[in-house]
Amino acid sequence: METEEALQASWEPKIVAFLCNWCSYAGADLAGVGRLQYPPTTRTIRVPCSGRVDPLFILRALQNGADGVLVSGCHPGDCHYLSGNYTARRRFAVFSRLLEYVGIEKGRVHFSWVSAAEAGRFAELITEVTEEIRKLGPAKRLVKKKVE
Amino acid sequence: MGDPSKQIREAARKLFEEDKVDLIIGFEDGSLPLRATPCFIRKGEDAERLVWNSFCENNLATYLPKKKGRIGIVAKGCDSRSIVGFLKEKQIDREDLVVIGLPCEGMIDRKTVEERMEEGEIIAAEEGPDGIVVKGTDFQEKMKKEDLLPESCRVCTHRNPVLYDVLIGEAVEEQKVADPFGPIRGFEGKTAEERWAYFSGETEKCIRCYACRNACPICYCEACYVDSSEPQWFGKSIESTDTQIFHIVRAFHAAGRCVDCGACIRACPVDVDLRFLNKKIEKDILELFSFEAGEDPDRPPPLTTYKQDDPEGFIK
Repeated sequence: METEEALQASWEPKIVAFLCNWCSYAGADLAGVGRLQYPPTTRTIRVPCSGRVDPLFILRALQNGADGVLVSGCHPGDCHYLSGNYTARRRFAVFSRLLEYVGIEKGRVHFSWVSAAEAGRFAELITEVTEEIRKLGPAKRLVKKKVE
Repeated sequence: MGDPSKQIREAARKLFEEDKVDLIIGFEDGSLPLRATPCFIRKGEDAERLVWNSFCENNLATYLPKKKGRIGIVAKGCDSRSIVGFLKEKQIDREDLVVIGLPCEGMIDRKTVEERMEEGEIIAAEEGPDGIVVKGTDFQEKMKKEDLLPESCRVCTHRNPVLYDVLIGEAVEEQKVADPFGPIRGFEGKTAEERWAYFSGETEKCIRCYACRNACPICYCEACYVDSSEPQWFGKSIESTDTQIFHIVRAFHAAGRCVDCGACIRACPVDVDLRFLNKKIEKDILELFSFEAGEDPDRPPPLTTYKQDDPEGFIK
C-alpha cells in the first residue's frame, strides 16, 4: 500500500489542452516568452480553431489517460475565421452538460477564451485548472484500462 | 370518419393516376402479429397493400434520403418532423415529395405487450375501437391501447403531422404533457456516482450492433464515424469505454435533430436506454437556444448557427 500512497503523493494531473492557433496558442507562447510560471501539467495540442475541436477529441483524451481537458480559443468576436468560436461555444454548451449528465465529474473538462496578448491570464488559467483537477484526483471514468 | 387504410389507398391510387409520384412509402401488414412493415409501392394497383393501424411504428422518413425520384410518403407526427429535418439539412427536395399526413394516437409498443403476456406465444392481434385483442395458443386477452404506448408516444406533443399535402382523417387533439423532461430532471438531481453507475450499466449491455444508428432517420451519413478505419476515430471493440464513447457521440450527433420517434429504442436488441441521452440533449437545446427539432424547415439546425449573446456560463 505504501507504494500506492507514494504514487498518490507524487501524482500530478495530466491535462490535454486544445489551443487555437490564433489566440490561445499564441497566448501560451507569450507566457513562455515572458517566463511566466505555471504548473507543467498541460500537453498542448495546437488546433486551427476552437471550432475544430470535435467532442470526440475530448472523449479520446480522457479515454487515453488524460486527467483533464482544456479547450481554449479566441474571445467571442475575435475568431480568425469569424464564427468558429461561436459555433464551438454552442457545441460545448450542450456537450459539457451531457458529460456531466453521464457522470463525468464537473471540473474535468474546461472551456476558456484566451487572447494572444493574455499571457498572464493563460498562466492563471492553467494554475486554476490544474488545482481543480488535482482536487478531483486521477480520472477513473471513461479511462481505458491498459493490458498489464 | 372512414377507415384510414382505405383513404390511404385511395390517395395513393390518385397520386399514381395523376402521375405525381414514382414511389409511395407506406405500411403493409407484417407477417407476424403486432407488426406492420414498411412497403414500397410503385404501381397504382399495388396500393391495396397499404394499411394503417397502431402497429405502424417505424419512422418511414428514414428511407427518404436513400430513395430517388418523386416520392409519396405516409407520415405521422414524428415522421413529418424528421422530414422537416431533411428539408432543413437539404437532403431532400420538397418539390419531389408528396406527404400523406396521418394524425396519430400513438403506436403500440410490442415489447410491453410481450411482457404482459406471461407465457405462451402470441399468434394474432386484432385492433378494435376499444383496444387490442391479443390471441395466443390457449389464451386471449384484451388490452387498452393507452396502457401499451411507449414513453416517446406518452409524452408526444406532435401527434399531427407538421407538414403534409394530403391529410387522412381529421386532426387529433394534441396531448398536454405537464413536463416531458420530468425523468431527465430527476436523473440530473442524482449524484455523479449514481449517474455514472446508470450510464455505464446501460452501455455495458450494448453489443455494438449499430441497429440504433441504422434505424435512426437522421443517421443518414454515407460514411459514419464508427465505420471508418482510416482514420479509426475510436475503438470498435465492446470494451466498456469504447462503447461509452460510442453512445455519447451517437447521442451528440443527433443534438438538435432528434425528434424522439423512438426508432433507436425499438431497434435495440438488448434494451439499452438510449432515449435518456437523446432526451437530455433535447431538453438542453430547448433551454439554451429555444429550439425544437422538426418545427420550421427554414430555421437552421441549432449547432450550425449562433447568436453573439449565446449563453456561456460554462466558460471559465
